[in-house]
Amino acid sequence: MAYIQVLIAGFGGQGVLFAGKVLAHKGLEEEKQISWLPSYGPEMRGGTANCSVIISDTPVGSPIVSEPDILIVMNLPSFDKYENAVKAGGCAFVDSTLIERKAERTDISVHYIPATKMARDLGIPTLANMIMIGKVIRETGVVAMDGLRDALSKTVSAKHQDLLEANLKAIEAGYEYKD
Amino acid sequence: MAKVLMKGNEAIAEAAIRSGCRHYFGYPITPQTEIAAYMAKRMPKIGGTFLQAESEISAINMVYGVSSAGCRVMTSSSSPGVSLKQEGISYLAGCDLPALIVNVQRGGPGLGGIQPSQSDYFQATKGGGHGDYRLIVLAPASVQEMADLTAKAFDLADKYRMPAMLLADGTIGQMMEPVELPEDMRTTVYEKPWAVTGTENKREHNIVNSLYLVPEQLEKKNIERYEKYKTVEKNEVMYEEYMTDDADVCVVAFGIAARVSKNAITAARAKGIKAGLIRPITLWPFPKDVIARTAEHVKGFVSVELSMGQMIEDIRLAEGCKKPVTLCSRVGGMIPSPEEVLKAIEDMEGGAF
Repeated sequence: MAYIQVLIAGFGGQGVLFAGKVLAHKGLEEEKQISWLPSYGPEMRGGTANCSVIISDTPVGSPIVSEPDILIVMNLPSFDKYENAVKAGGCAFVDSTLIERKAERTDISVHYIPATKMARDLGIPTLANMIMIGKVIRETGVVAMDGLRDALSKTVSAKHQDLLEANLKAIEAGYEYKD
Repeated sequence: MAKVLMKGNEAIAEAAIRSGCRHYFGYPITPQTEIAAYMAKRMPKIGGTFLQAESEISAINMVYGVSSAGCRVMTSSSSPGVSLKQEGISYLAGCDLPALIVNVQRGGPGLGGIQPSQSDYFQATKGGGHGDYRLIVLAPASVQEMADLTAKAFDLADKYRMPAMLLADGTIGQMMEPVELPEDMRTTVYEKPWAVTGTENKREHNIVNSLYLVPEQLEKKNIERYEKYKTVEKNEVMYEEYMTDDADVCVVAFGIAARVSKNAITAARAKGIKAGLIRPITLWPFPKDVIARTAEHVKGFVSVELSMGQMIEDIRLAEGCKKPVTLCSRVGGMIPSPEEVLKAIEDMEGGAF
């Protein structure tokens, strides 16, 4: 029985909470048990933000993820803070455009994705978060690629539905990226 | 019915609307502002009232007015704001008026912080305002319960003509989980012949008032009200038992603390320690009987709270000081980890407390 705990962390404005929502909505479509918990401190654009997502076959206990199976980090302070928290045998996904150092842990698998640069090159500079999610789906299968459009359309607010295609493009770019 | 992902705060607001509440008065404060934001968006579209009052004190007194007129009404806030509402809550109780007050708790005292807490337990269950009165206090531990207990709170408030409080915390308010919302969440429509709605010269005036200058009358009112409270205590206790049948150590926890405790109980069971959980869903009336029964067969209790130890007093009263009760708590916006709770369970199991 899978009980997958995901922690996503970065700067406010990078879409860390949104990335978590995409996983949560997709997990719900797959009839999994879900929890999504944002940090809600006095954050602002440029400050730190994180969110805990649990995708499980069994009921979710505490929604707080302190030992993630999957860590997604989009800035150096988050990597420094959470690298040691990852469960042994877990995975870390690192935006290597913004985080220059490599992992110190040797008991986890680490994927380096230049997501911020890729997003810029694709003309969708605000969607590095979705590139990260694409890679996470590829490497962990935490949710399936199939039917992602439906989940995404529920995550994107009604007034931003025009951004659906760009989000999908970013996820696909991450999914296809070979590190 | 399809499940949707909602924040706990949004689930409260939507469930209130589906329970027939058309009047909301509030003032923004983290971590419950989503309730007000949701109401601001929805109420005007369904002919309801959303009003951002100039203060929490105004908001609770608007609740007082609308409830007197017999309509379902609510307000919501977080700890410091709920302190401001206490005078109005006492008046609601003194007038036997139904209403829903939501407290999505944050750390205190004073302005405190904005992270989750359960340190308003005393205020909610022992009467934060003046005079002899009780509130029905419901403690949700999931987003689904945020919705279901909102509906339940409105029903109980109407049924017993008394204010009810939903005592949540910042975590359950902010988190999203799948939730299922029936179209109509009202179980019963309660007649309110006491409401001040205009006599049309067809009946005597109804009076809603808490002022009784004749002590004999005021005493009688208080005694009658406590008879009603006895009925509530007899009929409305709600709790969840989790693996208590064979338990040697019984954790008692509500809200987010209960969620963390379940992880700890799973971990304890994996180590061969028979741990279980009693999760009060009504904090008042408190589930005394199940705790007394459980005291017969456990080594002791662990109270897991986000406070310096408030509910622990009710646990001790309920089990009659027969068994040891220890406290496992974090405060100020901190949440105990499952490991911390496990340690407290192990200490109780091993007699090291």
